[in-house]
Amino acid sequence: MFRPFVTVGGVVSEAQLLESLRAGDEDAFRTLVREYQPSLVRVARIYVPTQAAAEDVAAETWLGVLNGLDRFEGRSSLRTWIFRILTNIAKTRAVRDGRTLPFSALQEPGRVPEAAVDADRFQDPEHPRWPGHWAVRPEAWPEDALLAAETREVIAEVIEALPATQRAVISLRDIEGWSSEEVRNALDLSETNQRVLLHRARSKVRAALESYLQENA
Amino acid sequence: MTVYAEQLSCQELVELVTDYLEDALSEEETARFEAHIGGCDGCNVYLDQIRQTIAIVGGLSVDALTPEAESALLNAFRGWHSN
Repeated sequence: MFRPFVTVGGVVSEAQLLESLRAGDEDAFRTLVREYQPSLVRVARIYVPTQAAAEDVAAETWLGVLNGLDRFEGRSSLRTWIFRILTNIAKTRAVRDGRTLPFSALQEPGRVPEAAVDADRFQDPEHPRWPGHWAVRPEAWPEDALLAAETREVIAEVIEALPATQRAVISLRDIEGWSSEEVRNALDLSETNQRVLLHRARSKVRAALESYLQENA
Repeated sequence: MTVYAEQLSCQELVELVTDYLEDALSEEETARFEAHIGGCDGCNVYLDQIRQTIAIVGGLSVDALTPEAESALLNAFRGWHSN
């Protein structure tokens, strides 16, 4: 799926952008960098431990993009190609730094079960009448508190505190609006694992939002 | 409360919410999910909250690149093009 790019000169297709890049058009490069840099850093954080290291990996990725641009044949989308470069650089760096790669976190996120809602919110599964039903039901949220600037800050902090794989998936899907297919390609994830990570991330953000809104009601 | 209690518990339903929103449930599972939601206030509120969560996360701003980092990259681009 191709998404048009919005440049200084207007909306252009990926092919047009590529042509401008190859011709040395700085605006085209700036467009590309602004579009992908935040996601590159987020994805790099899956592999490297700090924000600074992730920014280094992203910067190195751009150099890799420039080096490969003339050879890029468009068999995959530009985005997929750029993220493949990033992943390779980040993995190489993780190996060099002697870090264990979070392969299991990407490939088997479902291995360790994680409840979307604490078990104590529900009736016992053996309850004679209402097994597994709400014991403490969620209450509808007040709209004004939900839309407060402070609430957004709380959410940003919660997302920042998520495990890196979950943070990358929720950011790409829900903040940047990528499709599940785009996320799967960029992170090399199976369909199921993409959903498991998204589910966990959204469930945690909801739970954090619920306790924040309750405390501040 | 719900008449579909024995079919899908609330505790099971909350684990299916993402699959439901991602259209990843089978037809039968979707029917079970919707039957439960139709009769359960708690799960209705829960599903709403997940939707509200997605909407509010969607309104967060994307971290911008610092001007220094951007000009460093543009310098690299100029260097690349002049080679």
